[in-house]
Amino acid sequence: MEKQYKSIGEEAWKNNTEKASAELFIFTYGSLVVQLAKDYEDYSAVNKQLDKMGYNIGVRLVDDMMARTSLERCSGFSATAEVIAKVGFKLFLNVVPTVTNWSADAKEFSLILDDNPLNDFCELPPKAVADGLWYSNVLCGVIRGALEMMQMQTEVAYVRDVLRGDDVSEIRVKLVRMLDEEVPASDD
Amino acid sequence: MSSTYYFAIVGTNDSPLYETELGVQRDESKYLNQFIVHAALDLVDDAQFMSTACYLKIVDRYNDWNVSAYVTPSNTRLMLLHEAKADDAIRLFFTDCHELYLKTLLNPFYEPNTPIQSQAFDTKVNVLAKKYLF
Repeated sequence: MEKQYKSIGEEAWKNNTEKASAELFIFTYGSLVVQLAKDYEDYSAVNKQLDKMGYNIGVRLVDDMMARTSLERCSGFSATAEVIAKVGFKLFLNVVPTVTNWSADAKEFSLILDDNPLNDFCELPPKAVADGLWYSNVLCGVIRGALEMMQMQTEVAYVRDVLRGDDVSEIRVKLVRMLDEEVPASDD
Repeated sequence: MSSTYYFAIVGTNDSPLYETELGVQRDESKYLNQFIVHAALDLVDDAQFMSTACYLKIVDRYNDWNVSAYVTPSNTRLMLLHEAKADDAIRLFFTDCHELYLKTLLNPFYEPNTPIQSQAFDTKVNVLAKKYLF
């Protein structure tokens, strides 16, 4: 199952995506965060805004991803995690985070990002670190929005970030509840 | 041959964005260094018109001190105060410092022409100095 997702992701990345300049994207995102910081002057408000923006991106992005990869419904939350990591991230950012740290009830997991392309060239000023800015918080919003379209209500947040001095970046995804009660009609 | 160097990055409005003393430090020269570099800026402007290269070699002398300059395309000056003559090593040092400066510019949180306060930048400059100047 895992190999299948990995190859789906890679094939979709190779064939079904229009490539754009990575540098333009990271510079745009960087100036976006800086402008938000200047406008709001409060880094936790910036985090919230990034999350909201990510949410709006996520609800649309998930349909785009499904159209390009023609994946079927996931068998369970662990399959969802694999799809996010191997297909979603691969398709849009060309990185594959590792899925780890499953909680005992299998409702929470962590995505460990060894290298986040959004972070290239970026260095947080000390005030941003002290006030708790999560630079790539938009990714958390994207995951939350995408999963909500897939009928899962989740809480997604950054736990560690290389820009704040940790060795890896870690996003924690927690399933709060499934949003539809009915079992979808299956093929058999 | 003394091994003291004073390195400064001067912005377009002639104020220093970054300064550091490398090697053995002598107390009385601290303000003198700034003064010498500032006075040399005019000569850097003159030399700029004579050459299209970034590295301007030695532009000025003050007693025992030589001032070498490197001008980036955005008119940011990298200035080095040194006693020894080491054209090639200094050129390589300047080139690498230029690359470091470019990376700083690419940081979205850095506003151009403001002082560079990053600790990482400082460490890297010192590493480069050890590599090329000592």
